[in-house]
Amino acid sequence: MQIAVASGKGGTGKTTIATSLALSLAGLADVRYVDCDVEAPNGHLFLKPEFTESAPAVIRIPQIQTEKCTACGRCVEVCEFHALAQVGKNILVFPQLCHGCGSCTWNCPENAIVEVPNPIGTLERGMALENIEFFRGLLTISEPMPTPIIRQLKKRVYPQPNTINIYDAPPGASCSVVETLRGVDFALLVTEPTSFGLHDLKQMLGIVSDMNIPSGVVINRDGIGDDSLKDTLQDYNIPILLRVPFDRVLAESLAAGRTLVDVYPEYRDILRELYQKVTEIVGGKTK
Amino acid sequence: MKLIISAQNPSLEAQVDRRFGRCMWLVLFDTETNQWEAFQNPGASQSGGAGVAAAQLVVDKGADVVLSGDFGPNASRAFQAAKIGMQRFTDSTTTVQEAVDHFKYVK
Amino acid sequence: MSTQNSKAKQLIILSGKGGTGKTSISAAFAHLSAARGNSRPMVFVDADVDAANLSLVLQPGNLDPKEFWGGSLAEIDPEKCINCGACSAVCRYDAIFPDPKNDQVQWIDPIACDGCGACVYACPTGAIAMVQQQEGNWFQSNTPYGTLFHAELFPGRENSGKLVTLIKQQARLYAEDIQSQCVVIDGPPGIGCPVISACAGTDLGLIVTEPSLMGLHDLKRVLGTLRHFHVPSVICINKADIYPEGTRAIREYAAAEGIDLIGEIPYDEKIPRAMIEGKPVTVLFPDSFAAKAIQEVWHKTTSLLQLQED
Repeated sequence: MQIAVASGKGGTGKTTIATSLALSLAGLADVRYVDCDVEAPNGHLFLKPEFTESAPAVIRIPQIQTEKCTACGRCVEVCEFHALAQVGKNILVFPQLCHGCGSCTWNCPENAIVEVPNPIGTLERGMALENIEFFRGLLTISEPMPTPIIRQLKKRVYPQPNTINIYDAPPGASCSVVETLRGVDFALLVTEPTSFGLHDLKQMLGIVSDMNIPSGVVINRDGIGDDSLKDTLQDYNIPILLRVPFDRVLAESLAAGRTLVDVYPEYRDILRELYQKVTEIVGGKTK
Repeated sequence: MKLIISAQNPSLEAQVDRRFGRCMWLVLFDTETNQWEAFQNPGASQSGGAGVAAAQLVVDKGADVVLSGDFGPNASRAFQAAKIGMQRFTDSTTTVQEAVDHFKYVK
Repeated sequence: MSTQNSKAKQLIILSGKGGTGKTSISAAFAHLSAARGNSRPMVFVDADVDAANLSLVLQPGNLDPKEFWGGSLAEIDPEKCINCGACSAVCRYDAIFPDPKNDQVQWIDPIACDGCGACVYACPTGAIAMVQQQEGNWFQSNTPYGTLFHAELFPGRENSGKLVTLIKQQARLYAEDIQSQCVVIDGPPGIGCPVISACAGTDLGLIVTEPSLMGLHDLKRVLGTLRHFHVPSVICINKADIYPEGTRAIREYAAAEGIDLIGEIPYDEKIPRAMIEGKPVTVLFPDSFAAKAIQEVWHKTTSLLQLQED
């Protein structure tokens, strides 16, 4: 079972819910927690993994072999991202613009381009609390593109039977969130009952609808806003699976790095029930 | 000498555009013939590729010096490789013509 | 010494971690700047284009959407496709597979397609073309507190960095036209492409952080990013009283890094209340602890930017 935890708006509690969900399910099956917020990952602060594996995340970028290059300019012409420029007889490569698509390499009539790895981040794996297998990616500061790291990170979570994979998504509603959601069975959308939460949740509802992923909502900090969220969700036919009331004590504990299930152990059962509902929804999916 | 000046509109009276990569127009001015021509900047609506796209045009037009407000790292690299001079506008430069005059007459 | 024609300064507000309060603070700044009745009004930009919330608080009038055309996506013409599979052989994004509606031809998943064009050149029959995409809309809107440049990226799209660059550029041009003193940019969370686009070329970075372990961790990442792009930065701590040990840790970090800590805003439920009412907290609850603390941060920020306050 593959579950993504996403939100739209930042700071609604994705990591809070995702890590506690992982801890609650750890007794039932082999749980993998995958921190896909490679720009600003926080899961490790709660699950406390010991990283035993680390590898660079790379994009393959072109390297021009000048002895074979005839400066025909074909590579510059085919690059959709302006990552190559021609200056006289020299071809310049701009690594930060390169998407690693290989198009220039395929198209060079002289076979003058080889691809070399350009590291843009790291991929890490280790064991965390309660035998949870922990994966994460980390984007190197100043590198612009998180999506290739998320793609490579997910590939390292090798498929195995009877595992529950929890993907903690980045905030927002752009391509890095889509990459996190690709291929999952269910999207758990964590929101807050404010206009900001609702606005950004609608972006997420657009995405999960386009991607045909069943979803359900967790309302975090319930009580700080009004109930207009509930009406909107009824229109979209998305179930509210859990409400976590706003609680200053909880907020302070989370700030200190304690998990939700650590502060309120009753949430272990509540989250297991949530998982049950998720399996029912996924099992009953008829699309 | 062939100059390229980043501008907001395609004319010598146009306001200069201080950002090179995303300016709207690139005005090519030949100081020997006083002829000029304006080209839409292919980098105008680009993100990171702007500087490269705009620099490619400058290189292709055979410019000797490019005048602008500031140059990003990608454009700078391309111009250094092409041995094209980069010069910044003074604070008081407002039009393309002023930029050209300043280049010609102030040493 | 600023002259009448001096270029508008640019302030970027970032956080690293989402949800620390950038937008609530940006909205308050818009109100405070407008309330001064300055002859050189500020211009605001909401650079969080896939989760744009500033307009929910600044309440612009009639929205006039302008189309944002981002990159291109590849599309296969089924009439020309001979199902040779050369396209899927070169695609690195798992975007090409047999058409679910007609398995005799290949189909490109627009969600997976990266827009690289490799398949276009691989296709022997010229069946694939790059089609430019509208990826969102952007707006130049009038709010009760001045002009706001904002955007809505269609859900799931790429090129958010490009859209940020576009609205920043539009704001900058407008700021020049009206001789504005400053463009204030409410930034997105994270440190990737849209953050880089948002902070490029800005004069001052204001990092809004919170005293949690998460806040401190992400503060370090975003400060590293601002430094890489040569943006001098200061910090303010929002919800400062929820975890005093965390606040201490941030103070120590700031001191060690030589970064000024210019304010500590206590947790105040007036902030989410104001968010829900759709107004800046300084408008609805001007005497609240939060509003007063935000005013302090505002004064310090404007003086760091050396703005005239008349």
